[in-house]
Amino acid sequence: MSALSSLSKVMFLGLIRDRTAVFFMLVLPLLFLVLFGALFQGEGGSRSTVVQYGEVTVLDELDEEHLAALSEALVLERTGDREDALERLRAGEVDAVVWEETPGTLELRYSAADEARAGAVRGLVNSLVQDANVAATGQPPAFRMSTERVEDESIRAIQFLAPGLLGWAIAMGASFMSAFTLVNWRRKRLLRRLWLAPIRPGAVVGARIGVSLGLAMAQLVLFLAVAVIPFYGLRLTDMWWLSIPLVACGTLAFMAVGLLIGAVTSTEEAANGVLQAVIMPMAFLSGSFFPTEVMPGWLEPIARLLPLKHLNEALMGVLSRGEGWGTALPVMGGLLLFAAVVAAIAARLFRWEAK
Amino acid sequence: MTDAAITVEGLRKRYGDVRAVDGVSLEVVSGEFYGILGPNGAGKTTTLELIEGLREPDEGTVRLLGLPSWPRNPDLLRRIGVQLQSSAFFEKLTAREQIRSFASLYGVSADRADAMLETVGLTGKADVRDTELSGGQAQRLSIACALVHDPELVFLDEPTTGLDPQARRNLWDLLREINGQGRTVVLTTHYMDEAELLCDRVAVMDAGRVLRVGRPRDLIEELGVANLEDVFLRLTGREYRE
Ligand SMILES: Nc1ncnc2c1ncn2[C@@H]1O[C@H](COP(=O)(O)OP(=O)(O)O)[C@@H](O)[C@H]1O
Ligand SMILES: [Mg+2]
Repeated sequence: MSALSSLSKVMFLGLIRDRTAVFFMLVLPLLFLVLFGALFQGEGGSRSTVVQYGEVTVLDELDEEHLAALSEALVLERTGDREDALERLRAGEVDAVVWEETPGTLELRYSAADEARAGAVRGLVNSLVQDANVAATGQPPAFRMSTERVEDESIRAIQFLAPGLLGWAIAMGASFMSAFTLVNWRRKRLLRRLWLAPIRPGAVVGARIGVSLGLAMAQLVLFLAVAVIPFYGLRLTDMWWLSIPLVACGTLAFMAVGLLIGAVTSTEEAANGVLQAVIMPMAFLSGSFFPTEVMPGWLEPIARLLPLKHLNEALMGVLSRGEGWGTALPVMGGLLLFAAVVAAIAARLFRWEAK
Repeated sequence: MTDAAITVEGLRKRYGDVRAVDGVSLEVVSGEFYGILGPNGAGKTTTLELIEGLREPDEGTVRLLGLPSWPRNPDLLRRIGVQLQSSAFFEKLTAREQIRSFASLYGVSADRADAMLETVGLTGKADVRDTELSGGQAQRLSIACALVHDPELVFLDEPTTGLDPQARRNLWDLLREINGQGRTVVLTTHYMDEAELLCDRVAVMDAGRVLRVGRPRDLIEELGVANLEDVFLRLTGREYRE
């Protein structure tokens, strides 16, 4: 085995055999995702519930793709009991009831209690009818509307929670691991011992970066795997894979934070304390746990300075909002720059020995 | 080529106002068992670390096997073995994993690492984490890690400090064996019985300087005392050291 692979193995085993570290870095963020995701499952979504009674041609003939697109905006239930459905509509449990009175004539009943929703449901069903009309003529449509979402107001909890908690998990994992390696190896004089082994310093740095990146990717996979199960229902957009380089750059940025903290502390406990004091407030300000809109406005400029804020937003952009390179690239550049600057400061403060 | 394994000339190192090493010169012959003695704070560790090439001297030169030890030279590092302290182990690894990890840093096979574990009598503890080893076992593992790449020159800093008498004697046998295989061994200690028994020659240090160098028996004779401990006390005085 080469020095690089054996040091990687040493770091990997040291981490996975540390139950506390595994819990805080891998299990806890995932637990948050599972719990928060379930807790806020119904919330935040402005999806309307429409009950379909009997056969409704325009709905029944929708293909998979259109159905999926439709389910972004509304939940379609089918029932055989119209009276019961109308009763639920009056009680405000559902937003609309639809049936086909005679072939070709759609009846839509909606509640005016929530005007916005009523309008949305009316618009949606109407557009379905219009599409069907155009299709029935066999002609290409004379007019088309091209739409682009500017701000997705109807964001579902999972679309926000998955990127936010992932950002937090990456920040914690990467910073903790590099701080711990530095402090522990310095305290035990392993840094000195490695100096006296015929290895390149690059092997130590490379192993640390490699293991941290590997772990970050494992976190990414686990998070996405949980978030996309239907119960949570995160729907990955086309450019979701941009989260891979984003997570990699975030890992480097927070490894640098860990190095800096490791450089100025002497014990693992002290390093851990400083890390929590830095990462937790940063996670709150960066919207890892709840949307930052609820925060007082004066915090916003401060949050803008935090690397995690940008990582979270870019992750949300590429995972949930269909954003692409335009969102990811500047953030990746910023994170790498941040990593370089902080690592340079850490290098200046580096000590071979604990005081 | 002379048969000098180590040549040290005019070594100095200061930390602020403290002259930790203040003009040390010495020569260690190939195959020799050499002891550096001195009370706490005498500068033994600093001297050893300067010789190993772990620190840059303020003044002076060190040549190991004919090569300068500073700046860092990986080719030379392959030929020397160093034990810094017994707790220089990787976190959460078993004894076997520790020594195999160190072995691979030197490009040495896992089989050879396991054989080294056997040599220091730790095969039975191969699957035990370093934190669960006794002081003597940890010390032996630490020495095994220093020897795994079959170095020509071995440096040990107070290898027996903190061990019980059984473990110390056990370790002495191991050290004699290492030296018996033709390796040059340099160790620091403040146990005079140990130095008298093991070392071909000793250097007595205090306040960063070498006070006297010689074979233990010659020093005892020269000063007309009963044993090396008396030599030591005669040279370094009786006042209490921290
Ligand atoms: N890294 C250091 N920084 C400051 N002073 C040091 C350092 N290392 C050793 N010293 C001082 O140098 C002197 C010699 O120390 P050392 O070489 O450890 O002695 P010994 O090993 O003989 O006990 C002591 O006074 C010690 O306090
Ligand atoms: Mg010492």
